[in-house]
Amino acid sequence: MNQWKIFSKGFIKENPVFILLLGMCPTLGVTSSAINGLGMGLATTFVLVMSNLVVSLVKSQIPDKVRIPSFIVIIATFVTIVQLVMQAYVPTLYKSLGLFIPLIVVNCIVLGRAEAFASKNTVGSSLIDGLGMGLGFSFALTLLGAVREILGSGKIFDIVIYSEDYVTLLFVLPPGAFIVLGYLIYVINKIKKA
Amino acid sequence: MAKRESTFKNMVVALFMVTLIAAASLGLVYDMTKEAIETAKTEAKNKAIRNVLPEYDEVMGEYRIATTPGDDSLEFYPAYKNGNLVGVAIKTYTKKGFSGYISIMTGIDAEGNFSGYEVLEHAETPGLGSKMDIWFSDAEKPNQMVIGKNPETARFDVSKDGGEIDAITASTITSRAFLDALKKAYESYRETEIKPDESARPASK
Repeated sequence: MNQWKIFSKGFIKENPVFILLLGMCPTLGVTSSAINGLGMGLATTFVLVMSNLVVSLVKSQIPDKVRIPSFIVIIATFVTIVQLVMQAYVPTLYKSLGLFIPLIVVNCIVLGRAEAFASKNTVGSSLIDGLGMGLGFSFALTLLGAVREILGSGKIFDIVIYSEDYVTLLFVLPPGAFIVLGYLIYVINKIKKA
Repeated sequence: MAKRESTFKNMVVALFMVTLIAAASLGLVYDMTKEAIETAKTEAKNKAIRNVLPEYDEVMGEYRIATTPGDDSLEFYPAYKNGNLVGVAIKTYTKKGFSGYISIMTGIDAEGNFSGYEVLEHAETPGLGSKMDIWFSDAEKPNQMVIGKNPETARFDVSKDGGEIDAITASTITSRAFLDALKKAYESYRETEIKPDESARPASK
């Protein structure tokens, strides 16, 4: 597999949200607006890239039987770093993402990539894989957040498109996340097959 | 490179090294961000105080009052301009929100009326209860305004309960909680020492 394929598979072909259906908890939880989706996606991307990098670096030093706890510690370390940095420099975003930042630790994508890809491939490929998957995840979350924000609050990235009197509130509430996600999965699968 | 065998010694060493490095790097990052986190918190607080009070020069003599023993206390920030008290910002809270805890910074001016508020923290329904951040300060709709009023001149209950404030459409519980937090702030404000006309400090008057 060449590097470009490793990178681009995260967007459509193996998109974590639309195709693999991994990491549903933050996907449904934080995407009430496009900016929240993007913020969450980029935070996860950072964790993915760094944990893939470190896991592929130390993979030969970690005995098989303790690899999962080791990976979890590595991931948790990067998540805590993200949390502290966000709290210090982007407090408003940190406030709106809140609980979901620490939950990146248990996001299946991060551990999944560490286990399925980084522990078997070279450092370079693992980096690219983490970046591709992370950006694919960000793309999915931003798209989902944008659709929900347009339908549910008449805005996109906080820019008003139409009056709040005509919005369908349902879409910023939890059921709206399921409905929009369902339709997006349909659309992306159509594109993938085409 | 060959994979390490899963012997007891190897496992202990590997786990120890991983956790050691993790702990060291976390300590380092914590140290680096500690100051910035503090600054960000204080800045957010100061911004909220500025938003809810009339113009002032400085905030002095902050104090706290516990309304119910064992519960969170209210924080008071008296603000002065040219040595005269212009108002007190009060960080108040309620636990009666639709999704529990709501924290609000509110300001009471020298006349004893609410001069503004800012919702600091809440988990209310987006698009319904979350509207409280603008609903109660809409100058075009006096029936839902709390600014310029106080619980002694107007009854701080939603109209459904016989009060004088219109609740947020479809969010009566949030509205009740919001007014509860404001009433709590006002009551403790009344009980405190500092009165607008006899401000103890600073002495220059």
